Amino acid sequence: MRLQLSPEMEAFRDEMRTFFTTQVPAEIRDTLAARRHLSREQYVQAQRILNAAGLAVPHWPVEWGGRDWTPLQRHIWREEMQLANVPEPLAFNTSMIGPVIAAFGNQEQKERFLARTANLDIWWCQGFSEPDAGSDLASLRTTAVRDGDDWVVNGQKTWTTLGQHADWIFCLVRTDPAAEKKQRGISMLVFPMDSPGVTLRPIQLLDGGHEVNEVFFEDVRVPAENLVGEENRGWDYAKFLLGNERVGIARVGATKKLISQAKQHAREITVDGTPLSQDPRLTARIAELENDLVALELTALRVVANSADGKPHPASSVLKLRGSELQQAATELIVDIAGPLSLASFADGGSEVPDWARVATPEYLNYRKVSIYGGSNEVQRTIIAGTILGL
Amino acid sequence: MDFQYDSEQNDLREAVRGLLQRAYGDPEVRRRTVATDPGFDEKTWARLAEMGVLGLPFAEEDGGMGAGPIEVGIVAEEMGRVIAPEPFVESVVLAGGLVAAVGTAAQRQAVLGPLSEGATVLAFAHAEPGTRWSTTARGVTATEDGGTWRLTGVKEPVLHGARADVLVVSAAVDGGTALFLVQGDAEGLSRTGYRTHDGTRAANVTLAGTPGELLGDGTADRSADVERAQALARIAYGNEAVGAMDTALTTTAEYLKTRKQFGVTLNRFQALTFRAADMYVSLELARSTALWASMVADSGGDVVAAADRARLQTSRAGRHIGKEAIQLHGGIGVTAEYSVGHYTSRLTAIDHVLGDGDWAAGRLAATVDSYPTVDPLGAPYTG
Repeated sequence: MRLQLSPEMEAFRDEMRTFFTTQVPAEIRDTLAARRHLSREQYVQAQRILNAAGLAVPHWPVEWGGRDWTPLQRHIWREEMQLANVPEPLAFNTSMIGPVIAAFGNQEQKERFLARTANLDIWWCQGFSEPDAGSDLASLRTTAVRDGDDWVVNGQKTWTTLGQHADWIFCLVRTDPAAEKKQRGISMLVFPMDSPGVTLRPIQLLDGGHEVNEVFFEDVRVPAENLVGEENRGWDYAKFLLGNERVGIARVGATKKLISQAKQHAREITVDGTPLSQDPRLTARIAELENDLVALELTALRVVANSADGKPHPASSVLKLRGSELQQAATELIVDIAGPLSLASFADGGSEVPDWARVATPEYLNYRKVSIYGGSNEVQRTIIAGTILGL
Repeated sequence: MDFQYDSEQNDLREAVRGLLQRAYGDPEVRRRTVATDPGFDEKTWARLAEMGVLGLPFAEEDGGMGAGPIEVGIVAEEMGRVIAPEPFVESVVLAGGLVAAVGTAAQRQAVLGPLSEGATVLAFAHAEPGTRWSTTARGVTATEDGGTWRLTGVKEPVLHGARADVLVVSAAVDGGTALFLVQGDAEGLSRTGYRTHDGTRAANVTLAGTPGELLGDGTADRSADVERAQALARIAYGNEAVGAMDTALTTTAEYLKTRKQFGVTLNRFQALTFRAADMYVSLELARSTALWASMVADSGGDVVAAADRARLQTSRAGRHIGKEAIQLHGGIGVTAEYSVGHYTSRLTAIDHVLGDGDWAAGRLAATVDSYPTVDPLGAPYTG
């Protein structure tokens, strides 16, 4: 057992820190630091800078741009990126469909998609959830019926994050309605969002933003070559993808950043002439949250160290569960520090409320999502109880 | 950065686990052992000594093994796994740790040699009625009279204070807190032992002009040494608590799989399995923090701050897991016949010996505004 990073890892961390804080435009990092939404162009610009330096898809196979890093290196890479307020490479591309195509796609698909996916030349969105298939994803009802050289897709997806920016969608569809188990009759198709018959409807969220969408399919014709992997094996690919999604979901660096901002804001608010940062109830709350975050970070390091075979460690469910809770606790802390200022959520010109206090509540409300997406925390508890405790 | 034990450490763990499994694998044996004084098994104590466990943290020239906090943590975790009642943390880590840190070469050899051999039991007499978790002594004072130090006052509760052959006693002197070695048969020393709720033994130790040997050279204030020794003991207790929590959770999960109600085993009820899952989350977070604190101690980092972090995390986890383990068992969890409640009792005791979660949170809170973020791999935790 050894606490310190090796000199090589120290150097690696410095290299990452230097790159992220000097090579990604301040305007993009400031937007993220102010917890404002990034534009499509900003996402694309940031990811292309990372990709040009080999930092967008380090976890992919080396042949397709991966770096053959250790789990610890990947952890450091991700944490430094979050601490520097650098937007992470688009998860739909780099953590989801990219690894699936690299692992299960045919050579033609790899050549057609992977480089453009890494560089965000194609913006992907995820067509998994449906109105009646949330945590019970395998009950999805969108169908694809073979007709000559095409699949014909009909149905509806929902919670399609940033679908309004997307060029392509990767979609779970039912291709064998008669399969004995509902998981067995599912396939994965990819197709352009501007295919005839695709309609996108924005869903407005509590924070006033437009982040997710409904997507409707009406007789959308998808060429047979756009089937990923084998027919009726889509559920296996989905599980592979969701396992990847959970790694790195602890978001320790991002929560650290929120807590340090909270401390700063607490110095700017005074209560009867005394800075709020000196309130013992507040400092105890911060100490407790910070300690929980230390425990989570150490657990993340312990888990990555034990998952060298590439498979997600079963305890990665702990990271998702606790990581989401701490992200939520940090956003809640900032709302509470803002106090009455947090009501000025949608103030524009003419308000003297600082920007951080304006975004505090919308972000707090928005962050309720993190314990729901990526396999809700109840799904994670089911995994822990079942696969770890054997219950 | 590496959380893996090396092969020697794995061997130590297996050896200690084997010894303690043979001794206390049957919870009934522990129950019988703690029912009679001294509250632990002298034979198991001797076997731990033969294995080198009782001299683990001490220098070889003092009769020890020259190992470090990682090895201490391994042993403590195994003690916790079967809630072995032998006073490893109390006698070796804390009382012995103080002698190792403060004592002269002659004192270290005279005290730590026999302790390592299992010939003696040490206790740290520091707590005083009406105070809590202090680094200083107030109620017991020491004065020098013709070259002899004499101590007067009351220490309580002193863990294993009645059984101890030698007491390390803190006392107020001019200029601060000094430490003294007091022999168990010293004049003016009266000790009244009793059983604590978790089966440990504690005592009221009353000193009335009792002679003591000043520990170390000179009467410089030793409260920083006390702080550091207590921090190392907190870390060891954190590891002990992790072992106890692990067994409490395993026992609970096993019970849920076998106990039937409404015609089905309890693991069919999601209301119960989700709570078990939350116990697992608490356990793993506490385990990471306890391991990390041992590594901080091993690498010469800020032991006191790391111990506070471990104390806070293991306190919260210990209460969560201890209480849920009983609740998920139902009534049987509150009985003395069944094992799981004893784990909760031990976790509750650990929580109050050297500072609880709120206490640790308060200490950490005092400095949160002085740094932007915590880096557990950076300063002040790396030495």
